[in-house]
Amino acid sequence: MPIKINSLNDLKQKANKFEKQLESSTVISICSGTGCKAYSSDDVYSGLQREIKKNKAEGKIILKRTGCHGYCERGPIVVIYPQGTCYLGVTEKDIPEIVGKTIKGEVAESLVYKDEDGKPIFKESDIPFYKFQKRVVLSNNSKIDPKSIDDYIRIGGYQSLARVLEKMEPEDVIKTVKDANLRGRGGGGFPAGTKWEITRKAPGEPKYTIVNSDEGDPGAYMDRSILEGNPHSVLEGLIIGAYAVGSGKGFVFVRHEYPQTVENIRMAIKRAREYGLLGKNILDSGFDFDVEVHEGAGAFVSGEETALLRSIEGKVGEPTPKPPYPATEGLYSKPTLINNVETWANVPFIIKNGAEWFRTLGTKKSSGTKIFSLVGKVNNTGLVEVPMGVTLRDIIFKIGGGIKNGKKFKAVQTGGPSGGVIPGELLDLPIDFDELTKAGTMMGSGGMVVMDESDCMVNVTHYFLKFLADESCGKCVPCREGLRQMIYIYERIMEGKGREEDLKLLSDISMLMKEASLCALGTTAPNIVVTTLKYFREEYEAHIYYNICPAKVCRPLISYVIDKNKCAGCGSCVKACPVDAITGENKKPHSIDDKSCIKCGSCMEACPEKYSAIEKKTGIAVVEEKEKKEIRSGMNIKSQ
Amino acid sequence: MTDKERKEKIIIIIDKQKIEADKSDTILQAAEKGGIHIPTLCYHQKLKPYGACRLCIVEIEKNSRPEIVASCTHPVEDGLIVHTESPSVEQIRKNLVELYLALFPFNPEIKKLAKKYQLSKTRYKKENNYCILCGLCVRHCREVKENNAVGFVGRGINKKVTFIPDSAYFKYCENCMECMDICPTGVFPSNYGMERIPQISD
Repeated sequence: MPIKINSLNDLKQKANKFEKQLESSTVISICSGTGCKAYSSDDVYSGLQREIKKNKAEGKIILKRTGCHGYCERGPIVVIYPQGTCYLGVTEKDIPEIVGKTIKGEVAESLVYKDEDGKPIFKESDIPFYKFQKRVVLSNNSKIDPKSIDDYIRIGGYQSLARVLEKMEPEDVIKTVKDANLRGRGGGGFPAGTKWEITRKAPGEPKYTIVNSDEGDPGAYMDRSILEGNPHSVLEGLIIGAYAVGSGKGFVFVRHEYPQTVENIRMAIKRAREYGLLGKNILDSGFDFDVEVHEGAGAFVSGEETALLRSIEGKVGEPTPKPPYPATEGLYSKPTLINNVETWANVPFIIKNGAEWFRTLGTKKSSGTKIFSLVGKVNNTGLVEVPMGVTLRDIIFKIGGGIKNGKKFKAVQTGGPSGGVIPGELLDLPIDFDELTKAGTMMGSGGMVVMDESDCMVNVTHYFLKFLADESCGKCVPCREGLRQMIYIYERIMEGKGREEDLKLLSDISMLMKEASLCALGTTAPNIVVTTLKYFREEYEAHIYYNICPAKVCRPLISYVIDKNKCAGCGSCVKACPVDAITGENKKPHSIDDKSCIKCGSCMEACPEKYSAIEKKTGIAVVEEKEKKEIRSGMNIKSQ
Repeated sequence: MTDKERKEKIIIIIDKQKIEADKSDTILQAAEKGGIHIPTLCYHQKLKPYGACRLCIVEIEKNSRPEIVASCTHPVEDGLIVHTESPSVEQIRKNLVELYLALFPFNPEIKKLAKKYQLSKTRYKKENNYCILCGLCVRHCREVKENNAVGFVGRGINKKVTFIPDSAYFKYCENCMECMDICPTGVFPSNYGMERIPQISD
């Protein structure tokens, strides 16, 4: 049984001791986040282990599995410390060279990152993806083993907690968080300090503290990476918060779909208990606090705080009306402080560096950094941590490396399915809570989906509405029936059966849902509709009035046509077509029967490049002959 | 809130009328005391407020900022100013009633409101499922009868009201038939929205 830690001094001594142990050795850290694991980083890990053993370098080289480094596009990632040499996309065949060179203290130059001109970049921090980021919360992910509490203590972990327990009154902690202007990272952006204060002052015992890690947005995984890669930082923040509001019991609500995260946080709690950092008399201060892990059952809406509370209570995860707010009447009707993972993870840094320091990061109204999960049609997908106020252009083009395959940027969707889209003209928008809300979208928890010219905004909107319709709890009528009707409308627009009044109808339902829905899922669901209608109205009109899908995505509105002058009659397309819609004699131009064609595009792929005879067209496959009136005289979208 | 606090009297102003209410009341309950009618479908005196039908929305003035809330769940506050028929409430409710016309046009309250807003037809696609998922049957069975013989399954647009499947519900359902009386659409438990019809025993 490990000896309990009793004071800040104990922690400092331990940290020094662990640091000394590492002093004379080289550390090879390999990312074992879920993304890199999918790139078989486990195989690379065992390969490295074998190679180190083969070279008899066990004493000199320490191999470490860490959490997510963020550059998920190029995994598995290996970083050598203390030099910071970074190898991306490491495969098993690279292992001998990496280990061999590392033993000699050299760099395997052929394997490091190359910039556009082919110049090698050795250090992780110099790679463009990392260079323009400001990493605070994620800063330690690549340095520590998430399963080892000693590793977290080595980098100064739990010292903020010790400082709080030894030197600060609960009110001072709340004041610091308030002064830092920390706002909730889960989406709402509510000032965390105010929430803490309300919870502290609310009558009722016991009080509860909760980590909300029910991250359900498609394509977003920042909470997972923090909790999986550095669980102790979240735990430390939580214990500090519990002390500040006077809570003795905490919960970590984490998705069942994140098995690695569940494992790591459970392990972290166990280790923290062994060291006396959780449980009775924490750090010999007389403060008692313990944590329980609650696994979510897979409902997106459970991320909504009232639904999450019901879920912990063992009820159906359905939102309940606010007021009463959780801060006054939360879990089991007791005052409950509930914050997002990223919010909690910021707390130890604020205590350590002070509120002043935190406010130097970010904008006046939104302090600190924010982690975004940058995904979609962008070259460098991954986790990006930047100070608030950075422009979208910087994130997408400087850090993200621009749009894939040289295509044109069209829109970026922020804040998950409940957020809206931002078009090209607003790329220079500084990102903070208020600016995004002004543009009609929201910060959300930090999802960022980049779309290019080949994405149809009507189709994208339909996708997100379908997601929300499945994930809504179905309790209140505006949300449930509004989403149902919206989907009907989108389905007919995408089939070329859209009506003139549909756009008005969509804004009417949007208004109703925004004002009358019970919870935030319903009130924010129309964001995507409102913003696409605002910024991409002509695309809707092209669908409705001209049966044109400008991005050539909506199947009923496109057709594949063979250019008679280019077709050599080779028959490749005939073989590829799954429904026998292509006919023609050998060596003579073929043709596609549009009625039986299912628009799968196989023929286009099969057509040899030297002929490139098949073209995708829109605007000619008129599903239903009917009069389409032209309302906007300036519109000049023709058959393309 | 202690019992004494609950009973504490406060003054709330609804449609310019001063009404004395208990501190534990919701806006809807206070309005009832003042004889002001607010339309609802999912509210029932015997049951806990649910806030699903949203017909009872009102506008409140808080720090001189208007806000739309559901009166059946929003607690009263001393001096709170409430408008039950402000222009924005009327606009939103009109939109909502139009949505209900596609869902269940036969309810007297919906009919009355449709007439008030001069809605003769709906622009929305008609749904043939008449259950509006107000949950009165489910909540009555749970809260009043304490039987839990009827409940919800699924979520989102696939949510349904159903009895406990197969013969298991016999154990819980005492055939009081009160769920049928409480249904505001009057079609419970015919094949709309219900997966099973209870057997009436002798």
